[in-house]
Formats: sequence, structure tokens, C-alpha cells
Amino acid sequence: MKTKALHPSTIALHAVLIIGACMMGLPFLWMLLSALKDLSQVFVVPPKWIPEPFVWSNFKDSLTALPFGRAYLNSFYINVIVVVSQLVTCSMAAYAFAKIKFPFREPLFVLFLATMMVPGQVTIIPLYLMMKNFGWLDSHQSIIVPAALLNAFGVFLLRQFFKGIPKEMEEAAIVDGANRFTIYTRIMLPLVKPALSALGIFTFLGMWNNFFYPLIFLNSPEQFTVPMMLNLYRGMYATDWTLMMAGATIALLPVLVVYMIGQRYIIEGVTLSGIKG
Amino acid sequence: MQPAATSPSPPLNEAKTKRNAIRTQTVDSLWGCFFILPQMVGLIIFSLIPLVLAFALSLMSWDGFGERSFVGLDNFMGQFKDPDFRIALVNTLYYTVLTVPTGILAAMLVAVGLNKVKGKVLYRLIYFMPNITMSVAVAVVFMWLFNSDFGLINLYLKDWFGIDGPRWLTDTRFVMPSIALLSIWMGLGGSMVLFLAGLQGISPTYYEAAQIDGASKWQQLRHITIPLLSSTTFFVTIMSVIGSFQVFDQSFVMTSGGPAKASYTLVYHIYDSAFVDFTFGTSTSAAVTLFAMILTLTLLQMKISKRWVHYEE
Repeated sequence: MKTKALHPSTIALHAVLIIGACMMGLPFLWMLLSALKDLSQVFVVPPKWIPEPFVWSNFKDSLTALPFGRAYLNSFYINVIVVVSQLVTCSMAAYAFAKIKFPFREPLFVLFLATMMVPGQVTIIPLYLMMKNFGWLDSHQSIIVPAALLNAFGVFLLRQFFKGIPKEMEEAAIVDGANRFTIYTRIMLPLVKPALSALGIFTFLGMWNNFFYPLIFLNSPEQFTVPMMLNLYRGMYATDWTLMMAGATIALLPVLVVYMIGQRYIIEGVTLSGIKG
Repeated sequence: MQPAATSPSPPLNEAKTKRNAIRTQTVDSLWGCFFILPQMVGLIIFSLIPLVLAFALSLMSWDGFGERSFVGLDNFMGQFKDPDFRIALVNTLYYTVLTVPTGILAAMLVAVGLNKVKGKVLYRLIYFMPNITMSVAVAVVFMWLFNSDFGLINLYLKDWFGIDGPRWLTDTRFVMPSIALLSIWMGLGGSMVLFLAGLQGISPTYYEAAQIDGASKWQQLRHITIPLLSSTTFFVTIMSVIGSFQVFDQSFVMTSGGPAKASYTLVYHIYDSAFVDFTFGTSTSAAVTLFAMILTLTLLQMKISKRWVHYEE
């Protein structure tokens, strides 16, 4: 057991884990490689993985076949606004719930936690009717405003981090006559930067991938976000597999980049939200 | 100098500090309200009001344009008779049975395998990847993999084993298992991460003691790992069941609920009856039923996990 030589069971374990990893990863690889083929290469039996020649034009074609560029822009600007607003509003609420004494603090916080149990499908129809009344249907406000102003998970996550900051950090500032706002911006926010990154990444992924809300609130293709556009694509070019794979690759790219950069935060965040129970 | 300045009138000073404390308290309360204001407004407008409206609508009959009429519990009673609701419920439960046990078993095995292995971080990176990807994009890719004529799965079945593969997404018997397969693939990483966290929480002393007693790896797994992981397993189970009750994107994108409503789920029913049939009462009452199912599971989870925490202490 103590020797450095590889135990047969260790090799077997790695073999199994590698087969599993292939099953998890190969659909992505297939998507990427197929996006670089032309249609004639797609129907070869047995399937060929490596494209020859490489057809880069699929990406250009799929970006121009439908206003995919526009959807990209829409998704990006919606995401930037929502992520920034959530970082501000969630951290404000979280700071108050963690550090400031005010009436009904505990019941209000419990109320926030309780709303996390309400699935989005329950509130979606009243929300749709409200948006209709506001005149927000088929506009990006319907996606941006609710997301910017409410993320109970974000409040919960950041509160945990604020609670971990020792009292002395604040008290010194209070003695020096700093008000709560100065303490929040100058002392507290810099101390929870890792948590803010985690929340930002989570919000970005959730918003980028979200399909249900845009499906219900948005109507015209110029307003569509990336998943909506990809779904429209699927309806129109169902047999043009290579073009669809190029579209899917383009849609997934930002997610995979963010994942590679922020995977530590993401996995820690998932773990934390799990432990909370 | 200093003692002289403070000692002569202590009562006065005390009153002053007290008044100051009250003042600070009031100022703090105002700051507290200011800081929670944006999220509080969001909570009221985008969660509490819609929730109340959902309950109200579930007791009404309304097509979205004409008169609203109060029908009491008729919408809920109607669910028992509504074939669409019944199909949706049965399909959703079937999907839950297909995804949850298999998904959890697979995630637990992978987590146990990964726990102490070299290259854990790299493996974890790959296994978790499907979990964060866009359901629509993944569904588009799997539509091709499952395609009965040109899909990779059937091409390889033919090429390697000479089997004519099933019509995965167009056969009523295979469509739910196919969607379940995609969901297991997507969800495995998330459960695995939770299991890995659970495994971290098991003290190594148990395994050391077992080794001294000559317990085999299998016995250690059976008598240490699985029992001590039970609270994690329970939590993951409840979360997976809740997630599987809400399945929608995959069947919407890949099969449009078909063929012959074989992949028509509860959330699909909520969507369809509101935005295709314009029966908002039917739709919200189905949503309230879904909410009740989820709430029951959540409360059960909270209650039982609390007991577990005490037990461990």
C-alpha cells in the first residue's frame, strides 16, 4: 500500500473515471467538431469525428442566417445590467441583514429565505399579466427589472460572508464618525470581493442560460436572447445540423469561458448552497 | 486633567450616553431600511404580489381578456378529470422515477471514486461542465445524437453491434427515457459536487479505525461512507425530485411535448394552458398544485435534516 507503484485497482479506477469523463465531454467535442464540417461529412457511416476539410464558414453563416449577432448583444447587455444591479442590491440587503440592527430584521430575512421555495412557474403567469399592464411585454425591462431587484439566494450568500467579518472592523470606523454608507462602500464591500465574484458568476450563468422567462415575456426576434434565438434556429434549420452545431457552439462559448475562469467559485457556491439545506 | 473632567457629574454623562445610544439605534434602523429597500421592493412586487395573484387566479375562470368569474375550487377538482393534467402528472412522475435514483447512484459512485484520486480537480471540472451549460444548446446537440437516422447513438449501435436503434425521440416508449438520459447527463455534476462536500465532512479517523480492524474497502464503503453520507443523500434526493418536477426546457426544445403528448410535463401543461389555450385559471391551479408538491418536499427536507443535525451532535 505504501509503495509508489500504481496499484491495479487505482488503474482500474482511473480507467472507469476516464470513460465517464469521455461520456461527459464528448457531446461538447462532437458539437464543436461538427460545427466545422460541411453537410456531406455529417452523414458518413461510420461517423467521422475530425472534419476534413475544416469549414469555418458555418460560424459566419449561422451568425448571419438569423439575427444571432443581435441576440448576442441583447444577452450581453441584459447580463451586464443584471449582474451589476444584483451585486449592488444584494450586497446592500445582505450587509443590513448581517450587521445593522433594525426592527423586524429576522422575520424579514426569513421571508426572503421563504421566497426561495417558490418555483418560478408559480409566479410566472401573474408576472406575465403584470408586465402586460406595465406595457413591458416584448421589451427587455421585463427580463431586467425583476432579476435586478430580486435574488434571495444572492442576499443569503452574501449575508453569510458579511457575518464572518469581525465587529471591530466596523466599530473603529464608527468611532471615527463614518456613517453606514461609507462603512459599506469603503470597508465591507472590499472585504467580500470573492463572494461578489461568486455571485456575479452565478448570476451571469443563470441569466445567460435562462429560457423560460424570455420565452414567455419576449415575442419578436429582435428582442430575443441567445437561448431564444437558438430555439428559433432549431425550428427553422432543423435539418442543417452543421449550422445548428455552430449556433450551439456560439451560444455555449461564453458559458464555457466563464466556467473555466470561475470554476472554483462555482463549485464552492454550489457546495455552500447545498450545505445550507 | 482627564479624571477631573469626567468624574464630577456621572449621572449627566450616563443620560447622555443613553440618549446617544437611542439616537444611534434610530439612525441605524433608518440605514437598515435604506439598505434593504431595493431588494424589499423587488420581493414585494416580483414575488409576494404574484404569489397572492397566483392563488387568486387559481380560483377563477378567465381567458385573459373577458370577464373573470370566481369558481372556487372547481379548477382543482377539474384537474382529476382533465386528461391533459393527468398525462402531465403521470409523465412528470415517470420522469422523476427515471432520473432521480439513477442520477443519484451515478453521482455518488463518481464522488466516491473521485474523492481521493489524483487529478480530482480535472475530473471534477469535466464532470461538472454539463451542469452549467445552456439547456437549449445541449438539447439541440442531443437532438442530433438521438436522431434515429443520422444520430451518433444509432449509427454506432448499427456499426458496432448491428442493432437497429430505437426511434429515440419519436417513439412514445423511448421519448421520456431519452429526455431522462439527457437530464442525468446534465445533472450528475451538481449532485457529485454535493456528495464530494459530504465526503469531506467524514472524519478520516473512522477509516483508520476500520483499517486497523481489517475492514475491506467494500466494508468501509458499506458501513462507514454510505451511512455517514445519508444526510447528504437525502438532501440531494429531495433537491433532485424538486428539480425533476420542474422539467420543461428539454421536452419543449427537443419534442414539443410529443409524440402524442408522451413528453408533456407539468410545467409544459402550465405553459400550454396559459399561453396556448388561454385558460389562466387552469394554468395557475396546476402551478399551485406543483407548488404544493414542492413545498411539501422542502418542509419534509427541513424537518428531517434538523433531526439529523441533532443526531450527529
